[in-house]
Amino acid sequence: MRKPQQHGRQRLLAAYAVLVYTFLYFPIVVLILYSFNGSGVGGFPPRGWTLDWYRQLFADAALWDSVFNSLIVALLAVAIALGIGLPAALALDRVEFPGKGLFRRLVLLPLILPGIITGLSLLMLFTGVGMNLSLVTITLGHGTALISVATTEIFAGLQKIDRSQEEASLDLGANYFRTLRRITLPNLRVSLIAAALLIFTLSLDEIAVSFFLIGRENTLPLEIWSRLRQGMTPEINAISTLILLFSIATILVWYRLRMRSGRQQEPTGGFLTETIEGETP
Amino acid sequence: MYSRAYKAAVAIPPLAWVITFLLIPYAALFCYSFWSVSPSQTIVHTWSLANYLRLVENPMYSTVLLRSLLIAASVMICALLIGYPLAYYLSFHATKRKDLLYQLVIIPLWASYLVRGYAWKTILGTDGVLNGLLRFLHLTNHPLQFLLYSPFAVVLTLTHIYTPFAFLPIYASLEHVPRNLIEASHDLGAGPWATFRRVILPLSIPGVLAGATFAFVLTFGDFLAPLLVGGNSGIMIANIVASDFGAAFQWPLGAAISLCMLLLVVGTLFATESLERRLKPS
Repeated sequence: MRKPQQHGRQRLLAAYAVLVYTFLYFPIVVLILYSFNGSGVGGFPPRGWTLDWYRQLFADAALWDSVFNSLIVALLAVAIALGIGLPAALALDRVEFPGKGLFRRLVLLPLILPGIITGLSLLMLFTGVGMNLSLVTITLGHGTALISVATTEIFAGLQKIDRSQEEASLDLGANYFRTLRRITLPNLRVSLIAAALLIFTLSLDEIAVSFFLIGRENTLPLEIWSRLRQGMTPEINAISTLILLFSIATILVWYRLRMRSGRQQEPTGGFLTETIEGETP
Repeated sequence: MYSRAYKAAVAIPPLAWVITFLLIPYAALFCYSFWSVSPSQTIVHTWSLANYLRLVENPMYSTVLLRSLLIAASVMICALLIGYPLAYYLSFHATKRKDLLYQLVIIPLWASYLVRGYAWKTILGTDGVLNGLLRFLHLTNHPLQFLLYSPFAVVLTLTHIYTPFAFLPIYASLEHVPRNLIEASHDLGAGPWATFRRVILPLSIPGVLAGATFAFVLTFGDFLAPLLVGGNSGIMIANIVASDFGAAFQWPLGAAISLCMLLLVVGTLFATESLERRLKPS
């Protein structure tokens, strides 16, 4: 008796879902289509299919310099965020110390705080100690902001580790460092790689913090930003399409890792959801 | 089981880093907000409430702050209206293609922020895709000017950018709704609507709150979308901060605004936390 009604409701919901997906993908499809458009950005229908914008893109030295800068910054940001995030997660997991609550909140704050506030308070620090703004300050900014991501990912990984292996290792006479290297880190491998990929991608796309810490050399998003302010060209569509492809490639790797780590039983949104749901620290 | 040395080794480096690169900078922000700028463009380190008084006295600030809150609230509501039914559909009705559909929501989240903002700019512009399409279909003769450079454009762009953030926690909370409770509700004679209102909705409140907070807070602090698509009528509070720290060289005033923003954001988080605790079905 309830059946036909139920079908109607389900169809309505499905139609709504189709609309939502259209909304989510419309801009992305437009962006990609117009990267092949001969007559520039905008207008309808697009006409004059061309690969000229991609050709122009590949000959654009300033843009590739910024890509190179972004890659270096992202790699170093991963190193900083993991280098600090790993001990931070270990400390949150197994050490009691005064001010732990405040420490946890401080580490996680950049995750939710507008990037502009993190960016300009770091700007004050760097100018206060007389540091010139450069890729170094951007790297420190990215690293610091993304410790939050590293800590949540690694903490979630630590929660799933069977502690008895570590206890056995310690009982058998291995010291803490050896236990960390031989037992804890291999067990955390998937979390560490997933965190690194996530931080790498987030750093490549970061703009709000970089905005205030930029010196003479641009990162890719800031280079795109400065060009946007001069005017729109399909070259930006072309580079955006490439960035999109790169992001999708990274996300695929990331998901494979997550599947392998056995988190698919719990189809939540990963680090974001874990953070806001309070499952983490 | 852990020695003092081990504890010190894992606790001290992150503590030192967080103090240097987070605590001290936030403290600097706090101090700057009480200082001022001399006519010769140097920072004067005398303490006063002048910056805060200026924020209260000049109606421009309260107008922009109010607009930012309204835009943030609009984006939050739109993101919930879009995200909740989608999450509901995925969690309860999409059986076979659930994983694929789920990941299709996440992929735009990974597409660069700038790329998505730029895409909307090309769609909404006077010579943009949408106006071109409308003229192509002979629905309009003149390009619609109001599409780009308006608060509407900011809300649309940020809704697009932040809807996946609202969707994620809602979906997670719906997935955690025990299915036997729903069966029990049906068995006890409750219709689908009553089951939704009495069982599913209350259990998904934590996800809704988390998603709403994310959409609200992220929108509230945004300054790039207003610069891209907002125009003069779409200026938000973070844009004033950005210009105070740029060409205007009004660091102390900018710091005072940032501190207000920080307090608002932290206040929102605490309010959500306590609301969640109060609404939590026991």
